[in-house]
Amino acid sequence: MGATGADTATGRHGDAALAIELVGISKSFGPVQANRDIDLPVRRGTIHGIVGENGAGKSTLMSILYGFYTADSGEIRINGKVTDIPDSLAAIRAGIGMVHQHFMLVEPFTVLENVILGAEDGALLRPSLAKARRELTRLAEEYELQVDPDAIVGDLSVGFQQRVEILKALYRECDILILDEPTGVLTPAEADHLFRILENLRAEGKTIILITHKLREIMAVTDEVSVMRRGQMVRTLVTAETSPAELAELMVGRRVLLRVEKTEAKPGDVVMDVRDLSLTDASGVERLRGISLSVRAGEILGIAGVAGNGQSELLEILAGIRPATGGTVSLHGAPLDLSSITNADERRQSRMAHVPEDRHRRGLVMPFAEWENSCFGYHREDRFDGPFDTLNRVAVRQHARESIEKFDIRPPSCDLKTANFSGGNQQKIVLAREIERDPEVLLVGQPTRGVDIGAIEFIHQQIVALRDRNKAIILVSVELDEIQALSDRIIVMFDGRISGERMAGKTDERELGLLMAGIDPAKGQAA
Amino acid sequence: MSSQLPRWVDLGLIPVINLVLAFLVAGLVVVFIGEDPIQAVRILISGSLGSSYGIGFTLYYATTFVFTGLSVAIAFHAGLFNIGGEGQAALGGIGATLVCLAFNWPHWLIALPFAILGACLFGGAWAFIPGYLQAKRGSHVVITTIMFNFIGSALVVYLLVNVLKVPGSMAPETRNFAEGTFLPFVHEMLAVVGITVSKTPMNFASILALAAAFLTWMLIWRTRLGYEMRAFGFSEPAAVYGGIDPVRITIIAMLLSGAMAGMMALNVVMGFQHRLVLDYVGGAGFVGIAVSLMGRSHPVGVLLASVLFGILYQGGAELAFEMPNISREMIVVIQALVILFTGALENLVRAPMARLFARRRVEAA
Repeated sequence: MGATGADTATGRHGDAALAIELVGISKSFGPVQANRDIDLPVRRGTIHGIVGENGAGKSTLMSILYGFYTADSGEIRINGKVTDIPDSLAAIRAGIGMVHQHFMLVEPFTVLENVILGAEDGALLRPSLAKARRELTRLAEEYELQVDPDAIVGDLSVGFQQRVEILKALYRECDILILDEPTGVLTPAEADHLFRILENLRAEGKTIILITHKLREIMAVTDEVSVMRRGQMVRTLVTAETSPAELAELMVGRRVLLRVEKTEAKPGDVVMDVRDLSLTDASGVERLRGISLSVRAGEILGIAGVAGNGQSELLEILAGIRPATGGTVSLHGAPLDLSSITNADERRQSRMAHVPEDRHRRGLVMPFAEWENSCFGYHREDRFDGPFDTLNRVAVRQHARESIEKFDIRPPSCDLKTANFSGGNQQKIVLAREIERDPEVLLVGQPTRGVDIGAIEFIHQQIVALRDRNKAIILVSVELDEIQALSDRIIVMFDGRISGERMAGKTDERELGLLMAGIDPAKGQAA
Repeated sequence: MSSQLPRWVDLGLIPVINLVLAFLVAGLVVVFIGEDPIQAVRILISGSLGSSYGIGFTLYYATTFVFTGLSVAIAFHAGLFNIGGEGQAALGGIGATLVCLAFNWPHWLIALPFAILGACLFGGAWAFIPGYLQAKRGSHVVITTIMFNFIGSALVVYLLVNVLKVPGSMAPETRNFAEGTFLPFVHEMLAVVGITVSKTPMNFASILALAAAFLTWMLIWRTRLGYEMRAFGFSEPAAVYGGIDPVRITIIAMLLSGAMAGMMALNVVMGFQHRLVLDYVGGAGFVGIAVSLMGRSHPVGVLLASVLFGILYQGGAELAFEMPNISREMIVVIQALVILFTGALENLVRAPMARLFARRRVEAA
């Protein structure tokens, strides 16, 4: 059915003005009902946002649409026609393209090779490559999707890699493009460029589904937005007629504070001092180039920057789990050992705590029961002593139950496997463990990554409360909103250097965005 | 997915179904070579469990597998796949033998602690090198341990042929130990309390195996060391974050694993053969891998799986004897099928079971 029939064709085949119509989709995994009787109409030629907390069922729904899962019940109509999508090949054939949160690219291949992968015309590559090269040139002009076709994908920045993903979908002649959390790894400028691309695509009549948890982006680019909560579709709204506050309320089911309430900081003495810290990795790349900073008691120092500009390495060096190649760090004037990956224990003994960026790989041992994680890293302390160097299970579980109560960890069961908690509650397990130890310095990386809005509020409050107890906090986050909401002072990192330092109240997003791209706002040029 | 299965399905039903499948396929093989599979099973079971003689042999073999199985399980919890049990057990044999030959021991109870020490030290030392190379140099233990099996085997041959052999004898074996080192046989121990059973090689080491299983459980699930090993096994980055030194924990896990493999020498060398003979391990190190896989690296599972393999060994020997068409090699085929179905093809049954139980739970809800 062609696009021209959009106005007339309605009735039992559904509304043809809809590019996609999901009707009564349900899907459960074991006892968990991920999607419950979901209806989703997506109008052709629009950008349609889908928002919801983690675990609301957005990803499951899109996986059903893209053929990764099959729905237990319900039907998918594409351009008004009921369509079976048993696998992603069928989805591609139905004109659906998807850009995943984690890119599906072969890094050592060139852009061209990645684009034709799976869509080769024959046994010989040359004709396909030539065709793809012509097509890419056309797409680049049409949609501002410039990428060097001969570049090795692994050498490209994430922003460009994302373009390759979009090109892949367009090369397969998709009409409907799904993007899953596309801006998580982009600078504000790159995100703006992406949105321009999306608007160009819309102008060409493509339909775009944008999954995100950033309400600002929803407001900025979408035409309509659907809100999901706990596996159900709450409502579909016209973006122009709603507000971030209303969306947040629909997502969580109650009113939420979008801003953190905090008082003016009262910084005390310098607690930690970093001088000329440098790091050159095994392949000779300089990850950190002369980082100097200090943090005072009673302040939150935010470190902003696009992922991959050295913040993670800095945090890990401070936490004693990555060696530095040069420079010094002192805590209350005493130097810290920066030479090995096995200094985490020593750091804990000198009252430094660390909430790592990646709780799945580092912060928690996912197959452990909750109580086993509640003492992880502190398990050698006397308070957990049992006979014959055993872990005192009674003491640890008592400790776990107290943390669960204090940090409102749900479900409140210390015997549950950690992997079975939601992202927000997993993060609370880590925070509870690190904050309850009453550290002098808290290192926090991406405290709310993959955490639902309700929990974000709580986590932010806990961090501010620790600051108010006169502790020093270093916060690394790629979410500029979060940095601005929490920090008292902000350092921006670009390419292993500090590209600027600002007091939180005396800067704005534009200025920080420029610093994140390595541009000095005063000169307007690359620093 | 596995967490959604009830425990009894995960640990009980699935292994049993796997086992049944293995026997069905093995049965087909038996039919194929022209024998009656029902009769074969009957011989297998009665040969291994039908008499005190059969049971004694079955448990004697099982004891050996408990040690090698626990060895694999310990390393596995630290995320290390130690497939060098064969070599570590061979070296453990040297250690135990040297202790037994060193003195004219007055009583086995006095010799035993030293023999354990010797077996553990030598077995552990043989695992230490791959462990060190893994920890410090990143040489994968799967590669190095299997290479060390060959080196260990060659080393033992050299020692038996050139150093430990009885002068003038052609056999590559040591002289007999003094009687003061013989672990008591179970039939002897039972005779003391007035129970008469057939003479079998089953000996005091079986009790040691039970103790070893208990201690392994303590180690893995109760001690701080076991906690650190499991954390490291699940996630090395997390372990580093938790202040656990990867080098230290890798080496310790390999040492413990190798020591446990070496312990099998107590059962075979000190408990039965009373001298070290060439190739005394006889593949038990590899069976330990299957035992640990099937037993889910849990000491109780290892005990059960060891008994199963004991049955296959003893019953298989009877089968080869009773049915001329079924050779020793056929028995190995059957054992291989069990390993294939319980280890490698485990997910064959798991996925459909998970779906089945997921559906049932939804209906119940």
